[in-house]
Amino acid sequence: MDLLPFLATTNTSFQFDVDWFIHFIFPPSPVLLGGLAITIYVSIIAQAAGVLLGVLSALAGMSRNRVLRSISGVYVWVFRGTPLLVQLFIVYFGTPYLLGGIDLFPNHVGLFGIDIRGAILAGIVAFSVNEGAYMSEIVRAGILSIDPGQTEAAKSLGMTYRLTMSRIVLPQALRVIVPPLGNEFNNMLKTTSLLSVIAVGELFRVAQAANSASFKTFEAYFGVALYYLALTTIWSAIQGVIERRLGVSQAGAQGASFWSRMFGFARRTTGTAEVEVPSSGGH
Amino acid sequence: MTAHILDAIGGVPRPTTDTVVEATEVEKWFGKLHVLKGVSLTVRRREVVVIIGASGSGKTTFIRCINHLEKIQKGRIFVNGHLIGYREESGKLVEDKERNIAKQRQEIGMVFQRFNLFPHMTVLDNITEAPVKVRGVSKDEAVTTARALLARVGLSMKESAYPAQLSGGQQQRVAIARALAMKPALMLFDEPTSALDPEMIGEVLDVMKELALEGMTMIVVSHEMGFAREVADRVVMMDDGRIIEEGTPDHFFTAPTHERTKAFLSKIL
Repeated sequence: MDLLPFLATTNTSFQFDVDWFIHFIFPPSPVLLGGLAITIYVSIIAQAAGVLLGVLSALAGMSRNRVLRSISGVYVWVFRGTPLLVQLFIVYFGTPYLLGGIDLFPNHVGLFGIDIRGAILAGIVAFSVNEGAYMSEIVRAGILSIDPGQTEAAKSLGMTYRLTMSRIVLPQALRVIVPPLGNEFNNMLKTTSLLSVIAVGELFRVAQAANSASFKTFEAYFGVALYYLALTTIWSAIQGVIERRLGVSQAGAQGASFWSRMFGFARRTTGTAEVEVPSSGGH
Repeated sequence: MTAHILDAIGGVPRPTTDTVVEATEVEKWFGKLHVLKGVSLTVRRREVVVIIGASGSGKTTFIRCINHLEKIQKGRIFVNGHLIGYREESGKLVEDKERNIAKQRQEIGMVFQRFNLFPHMTVLDNITEAPVKVRGVSKDEAVTTARALLARVGLSMKESAYPAQLSGGQQQRVAIARALAMKPALMLFDEPTSALDPEMIGEVLDVMKELALEGMTMIVVSHEMGFAREVADRVVMMDDGRIIEEGTPDHFFTAPTHERTKAFLSKIL
């Protein structure tokens, strides 16, 4: 019996340590909570910066200035064309060599009076810049979806380019931009797990540590998988609310509710309003 | 619509010059396509000029050049004495700064075939947006003016509606009010009734007639011959990028001289 313990355990019994698993996920330990916090705030900051970079890059890419156009083109080309993990390594490990030993991301960085770990900052930088390249294309598509007549009407009222964009074009493009933007943020929440490779204690890193300490491999990884799933699920619900607030429905397609998104039940909706098309006799 | 429309914006906005538009030898190419082949037109204060012509004759392109929605390659267009869209540097046209062009456009209202109302704003916000953001008028004053304009185009009850909730005729009347709220010295109408169902054309033409009677300077590209006959001071016939005939409505509808004009009018009258 004792001669083949491995065979016995691997073949005949289902090894899932329920107690350990439950203790791991709930209540979450301070370490796990800390990892969760890093995952969330890095995602939010990087996504916000990515949106900003994306808008700037999209506007540059559509500008009449050839230099701006090529800067935007090269930016999107490079950052969409190389792996994010490689970009992260270049930013975190590569830049000190490039800058002759100046480490932009030391253990502690004071930023706006907040103490941040250099590795986290490097992650935020890499994720933001990478995300900006994707957002650039999304924003560009959003702007292009707006009828040129809108720009002409704004111009004919004496609006400058800046006013036309900020008051007329971008607010309308938002309806087109927000659904793929939500998708991007969903991705970002999961992409932050790459930070584990530069020793940032985000969610996935916490699971790795728990695994090495306990050898509860399946339980640890499955546990954080549930956390990621919870995060993305909550985000889906938030996104649904945002889309309905923005009236994505006005653009034609009815904004899908959280439940229809989850389970495919779509409530029948009645006639969607046409935009800018004269409806006959609609007094 | 008993009260005067223009009273809502304090009467006829006073252009600084007696000649509101002066276009000389305007030429334009779209790539290799020569769309304007030397168009000259003078419009005086309070004059209503209707431009007619077949599609592709260049009439829409020409009025779009007047507020520089289209570039021109040769010629000059002055509105109120200001060279539109360009600076002249040693006899050559150099495109002006965006900010200056925007400033010039404040004096020129435009109404489009497809209305181009801002769908994300209410009717009231559509009208107050430019006066507040561009002219720097206070919100209260802009709202007062907008309401007065809406009352005069018969749409008071629609001020908090969104454009998608309005009929085409209502949208076009809002578009006219929106342009007027900037107190322009000149109004351009680019086929304002062509996208409308027949039963709504009248309500828009009524507003335009009223404006014309009150002394607004207007250039109207239109196929509405009834409007031209009744309201125009001058009718201009364009064909193949040129003005081939111009004169009073009487002249046009009783004794047109040019063969092309006769052919065109016989088709649409």
